[in-house]
Amino acid sequence: MSTEQERDPEDRQIRCLVAKVGLDGHDRGAHVIARAFRDAGFEVIYSGLHRSPDEVVQAAVQEDVDVLGISILSGAHNTLVPKIMDGLREYGALEDTLVLVGGIVPDDDKDTLREQGVAEIFGPGASMSEMIEYVRTNAPER
Amino acid sequence: MTAGDAESEPESGSDAPAEAEGSADQSAIDRLVEGVLAGEHRALARTITKIENRAPGYRDLVAALHAHTGNADVLGVTGSPGAGKSTLVDKLAKAYRDHGLTVGVIAIDPASPYTGGAVLGDRIRMASNVGDMDVFFRSMSARGTLGGLSTATTDAVTALDAFGKDKVIVETVGAGQNEIDIVRTADTVAVLVPPGSGDDVQMLKAGILEIADLFVVNKADLEGADRTVQELREMLHMGSGTSTGGHHAASTNVAGSTRERNPDEDDAESAEWDPRIVETVANTGEGVDDLVEALEAHREYLVASGELDRQARERYAAEIRTLLREDVHELLAEEIDNRGGLDAAVDRVVARETDPYTVADEVIAPVADCVRKRRDGD
Repeated sequence: MSTEQERDPEDRQIRCLVAKVGLDGHDRGAHVIARAFRDAGFEVIYSGLHRSPDEVVQAAVQEDVDVLGISILSGAHNTLVPKIMDGLREYGALEDTLVLVGGIVPDDDKDTLREQGVAEIFGPGASMSEMIEYVRTNAPER
Repeated sequence: MTAGDAESEPESGSDAPAEAEGSADQSAIDRLVEGVLAGEHRALARTITKIENRAPGYRDLVAALHAHTGNADVLGVTGSPGAGKSTLVDKLAKAYRDHGLTVGVIAIDPASPYTGGAVLGDRIRMASNVGDMDVFFRSMSARGTLGGLSTATTDAVTALDAFGKDKVIVETVGAGQNEIDIVRTADTVAVLVPPGSGDDVQMLKAGILEIADLFVVNKADLEGADRTVQELREMLHMGSGTSTGGHHAASTNVAGSTRERNPDEDDAESAEWDPRIVETVANTGEGVDDLVEALEAHREYLVASGELDRQARERYAAEIRTLLREDVHELLAEEIDNRGGLDAAVDRVVARETDPYTVADEVIAPVADCVRKRRDGD
């Protein structure tokens, strides 16, 4: 019907969850990312500090985000990320959520994370515009 | 992407693929409806996304869900930024959960007028309900314009209602007509007033004061809370002109004093609702029980007075009008496009060859003709 108001897929609103997980109190990076994503026109939900994997999953599922950005600077990514991925799978949210990890991740671990379904890992020095472009290009089609 | 396909179909002119596309969409919609009714969180989340995006088929989706609604109590919470809305909503949701009720929350935050981006931070405050999937919390940005947001909010409430939530809470910053429209989707409206906002209260007079069913003086442990309660009470009395003498005597115990008013409700059939004032400290959860009780009292009033049904009718009428306005708007946008945009007309207006009213008449005339012809013909 012509009166159906449909949005142009080009200007689809991208929703992101920026999550801090585990016992890691460093959120400057997450704040900077949240702000940059906002300025890029994304809707950003910020989880707050010290979230458990379950909470991150709950937020990602309920908010139906396109992109989940997990910030981990504690080195516990090998423990926490799989738990989040399992949770997303449980709710059927794994296939169409773009999962990114930001933080200090040794090269050896990067492949493991990718195998678990993490799309990309951004370390220190990653450029903001590069990340935004990555999200725009790779945000799942729905 | 399906949206692109759907939009390009009519131009392709071949009917068969268009039909296939339509039925595919339909089955996707059916699956979502089934999922929502079966209590699948993912389906509910996706439904709200479709509503927010006004994705193809969202109308059918909401239409299918409507039959399953009408069971949720809808509460609107508004107040100035920093008044403690999110924290209070968190505690309120917890209190409802303790009573064995399920809760849905829609928290609306502003969006940037420049980029459309937004940081939705209300979720951070939902500390009491983490890991409890029976509290469905959804952040929405005020991305819509011209009543679009209140339509999306109404539809999201429909989804939560159909999902089977007992209580649905809509939370938004109380500034401007848009927000007032949004909280009016609620059966009961609570307005948060932080202490020491004497001047703010003055500003609240028009609009928000009138839509409040109850006032919550949050952060009641702060200095000035008593005064704020007092100011609110005076304002309410000025407005209604009713005598409620018992209040000044009991100024230190607001919850108690509101309870004293209950005998007045004996003639609740015709009585008007006097907005109550509740003091809370959302951080510690103090006063939340009083708030729950006041909300229940308002609910009882709504049911007993028949106001609930009247409000519902009014709301549906408003909803239909809003939808029609949007549809006509779209129709006109189509007509304007068809005429090659407004640039030529604007040129003539600028050159003083014509005026905006005449142009509007010219655009609407064929549409109006069409409608009248159809009405007379059929």
